[in-house]
Amino acid sequence: MALFLIRRLLLLIPVFLAVSLVIFMIVRFVPGDPIDNLLQIGSTEEQKTAMIAAYGLDRALPVQYAIWLGKMLQGDLGEAIILRQPVSTLIAQNLPHSLILGSLALAFSTLVGIATGALAASFKDGWLDRLVMTLILLGSTLPSFWLGLLMILLFAVQLGWFPVSGARSWSALVLPVLTIGIGGVALVARVTRAAMIEIARKDFVTMLHAKGLPPLQIQLGHVLRHALLPVVTILSLRIGWVLGGAVTIEYVFARPGLGSLLITSLNQRDYPVVQGCLLMLAIAVILGTLIGDIVQAAMDPRLRETLR
Amino acid sequence: MTVPSSALGRLLRTPRGLGAAIVLAIIVLAAILAPVIAPYDYAAQNLRNANMDPGALHWLGTDEFGRDLFSRIIYGARTSLVIGVTSISISMVCGMALGATAGYFGGAFDRVVTMVVDLSWSFPEILLALILIAILGPGLASTMIAISIAYLAQFTRLTRAQVMALKSETYVEATISLGAGSGHVLFRHLLPNAVTPVIVAGMLATGDAIILEATLGFFGLGAQPPTPSWGAMMSSGTAQIFIAPWIIIFPGLAIAITVIAINLFGDALIDALDIRQRLREG
Repeated sequence: MALFLIRRLLLLIPVFLAVSLVIFMIVRFVPGDPIDNLLQIGSTEEQKTAMIAAYGLDRALPVQYAIWLGKMLQGDLGEAIILRQPVSTLIAQNLPHSLILGSLALAFSTLVGIATGALAASFKDGWLDRLVMTLILLGSTLPSFWLGLLMILLFAVQLGWFPVSGARSWSALVLPVLTIGIGGVALVARVTRAAMIEIARKDFVTMLHAKGLPPLQIQLGHVLRHALLPVVTILSLRIGWVLGGAVTIEYVFARPGLGSLLITSLNQRDYPVVQGCLLMLAIAVILGTLIGDIVQAAMDPRLRETLR
Repeated sequence: MTVPSSALGRLLRTPRGLGAAIVLAIIVLAAILAPVIAPYDYAAQNLRNANMDPGALHWLGTDEFGRDLFSRIIYGARTSLVIGVTSISISMVCGMALGATAGYFGGAFDRVVTMVVDLSWSFPEILLALILIAILGPGLASTMIAISIAYLAQFTRLTRAQVMALKSETYVEATISLGAGSGHVLFRHLLPNAVTPVIVAGMLATGDAIILEATLGFFGLGAQPPTPSWGAMMSSGTAQIFIAPWIIIFPGLAIAITVIAINLFGDALIDALDIRQRLREG
């Protein structure tokens, strides 16, 4: 396990370098000269050259990347053009909101998804199973931002149970978590159901039945236990999806967070902030996948061998 | 074409497949015939009739500028379908080229392709699309490019898996032994056999692409006004959520019906062609 951990952690370095390189290149590819945006109208050529030198833009691209990377590792992500604050401050303000939303949505999709999947598998082909599967199909195809808007319409505007937007109280979390969670629940429930049905056909389950074990104990103690492995696999593969959902839903509910900050900055073309947000989101996806892989390896010794 | 007509017949004989096909046909026809069907000019403002309830005059109501919502939704179908189909077609062609080359020739190129595909696989499509929009700037063309690249990994992976599986078939080995060149083997034998699952996967991805386009439009990063797009319509509707909720409800319903029809049709197509197993290999 220790060897697996070390190898898996070493794999992070090339991935991180590749992702940071793409994000570094964003400002390079943007149409127009970034310096022109910063210069005041009527500046002389000398002032422009001085500014280019000040930002290090006269050096070779790999050198610029190395400088950017070095600063970034020290927590210096530059200054926001429109909000006029260090990008790291903005991210520090918004990150906790995204983390809470993302982890609650992940927990909700895992728990409710496994429960519904197990329920559907236990009553396979019954009306409950069919109802759950139809809801799952709907949940996984409807656009999440529309689902969010409908939730706002029904529960916030019509019934007034929850606030329409913002993040002032805990109750403001309910609708966003539900909205992101529904897509995740659909995914987890589908995998749980399929895995449980497959495992229920195995010989050892027939043997348990023959032994006279109560069906409930077989379903929960044996079938579900084995079915959790593919569930963890799919969760570790798709952990980024929860984050992607969080980006969209934050904006729908006008909640502070990395997603809202990213989309607002994209619309204002505030590129240092865009870079910072994308970098943080990418790191979140990479770390999320890492945690998923470690949980998987902890559960299944066979997987630890694959990285040798 | 590559989808055998007998499979299409089998598909249309199932109630689910037939229903989905009819709904899809209606949506496509509505988009093509938009100028004939739409009762009003989609851009005509009439501030006196702003935020009108759905009724006899305006079937689905009007938006905050008094524009007819029904006409705008029909024109919005054009934007959604054109962007969805074009970007997925580009993505499919590029993905097939990449996947087939990587799968057939192997070696260092294959390793690089697999690495990039695996890396982008863990990123949600919306995040990839946002990175590309950050580079290209908002707009219709960048939305299309962003969607094509966001789905590239999926088609590359699927084509590569198909080509790898077919490469070891006896008839391919026989063709190579008879002296056929790589081009002949790839284009005459491997690609024609690999293309069906990729087309079906592309069909299903078109539904996701329509949602992605609507999401980007909702963020204000997709189609720019006055082009009507479902996502952008809902975005302007959020300001009227207390007085005119239909501005949000109907465009969303249009997306939902389109995507569900595409998914049901694709799913029925998978059953009719009996390729569920081959799709999983990707």
